[in-house]
Amino acid sequence: MSVPYALLGLLEREPSHGYDLKRDYDALFGRGRPLSFGQVYATLGRLARAGKVVVGETEAGAGPDRKRYVITETGATEFESWLAEPVEAEPHLQTVLFTKVVLALLLDRDAEAYLDAQRAAHLKRMRELTETKRTGDLVDALLADHGLFHLESDLRWIDLTAARLDALKREVLP
Amino acid sequence: MTTLVEARDVTLSFGSTPALRGASLSAEAGEILAVMGPSGSGKSTLLHCLAGILTPGSGEVRFDGRRVDTMGEAERSALRRDRFGFVFQFGQLVPELTAEENVALPLLLGGMRRGAAVRQAHPWFERLGLDGLERRRSGELSGGQAQRVALARGLVASPRVLFADEPTGALDSLTGEQVMELLVSAAREEGTTVILVTHEPRVAAYADREVIVRDGRTTSIGVIS
Repeated sequence: MSVPYALLGLLEREPSHGYDLKRDYDALFGRGRPLSFGQVYATLGRLARAGKVVVGETEAGAGPDRKRYVITETGATEFESWLAEPVEAEPHLQTVLFTKVVLALLLDRDAEAYLDAQRAAHLKRMRELTETKRTGDLVDALLADHGLFHLESDLRWIDLTAARLDALKREVLP
Repeated sequence: MTTLVEARDVTLSFGSTPALRGASLSAEAGEILAVMGPSGSGKSTLLHCLAGILTPGSGEVRFDGRRVDTMGEAERSALRRDRFGFVFQFGQLVPELTAEENVALPLLLGGMRRGAAVRQAHPWFERLGLDGLERRRSGELSGGQAQRVALARGLVASPRVLFADEPTGALDSLTGEQVMELLVSAAREEGTTVILVTHEPRVAAYADREVIVRDGRTTSIGVIS
């Protein structure tokens, strides 16, 4: 989960209140999946217990939460390490799809139909993301592009696999 | 919605090599339809049949209810000039002409006087971000600029259908996306039907839906038998 690191990153920018952290997180990363306040405060609590953030004094003002959170040296170091570490290159979808394709071939089902259905689902999602990109701001576009490139690479795999189904069938069938 | 462009069981061979083996599709008025498929699958040949450039060996091609495949060459030529617009992978601008003359070309070929044709071409330069490039020749334009000029030329005569064959195939990703964005926005504003041939999913994602061509046949997708 990258939520704790995202919050640490926002705090590395400047000390902040829980409410502002949630607002910034939702605006930048929360497309369609905003954080609940419970998640924000639970995460901040865990970060505080681990010595990665400290909680300032309660400030006077409107609203229930006026505590300012500040990142610590430990938190900043951990955040920098996390930021520098490449994300694990996990070809997740291909694994699931691969399993389905091989099983379909083993059981003499229509593997091509599965691939076609997956291609249609991918293209449908790509259309939605393209529309988001066309109508949204630059952050929307950046996020949509990330999804689009991933879906595109899946589609290349689907096309290549579709072209090799006969050979694959010879390989997996006894 | 009414069907504007339609192919039914179209076949076509080049010599003894079959390129289309029974391809069918239809596009509604105002729809943007992507025709996808691997290289050599027959998707460009299908586009050429729909646009009346090639004549199918069998099957039917219709535009606005009229049979295109049985039309005489003169009638087809008029249809291509008056009702269809084209954008190809490599802009294919006429190198001797300026950008504005290139854009005005379909109007000039349709018999419009030069002054009027250039006047009608002009707004497209601002619309497609080509301000100030009116007098340049194709050799003085970047790939993206040339393709936008080609897009303006494809749309200047207000065609009912724009046939676009790999319109971003020669461009880098970002420039290609800018061209696609302009193409889709202009087509939506004008109500132009677009038949977009591409092998790139990111380009096809600008369309309303897609048809896949494989070994000369169109396939319906998204259904598990």
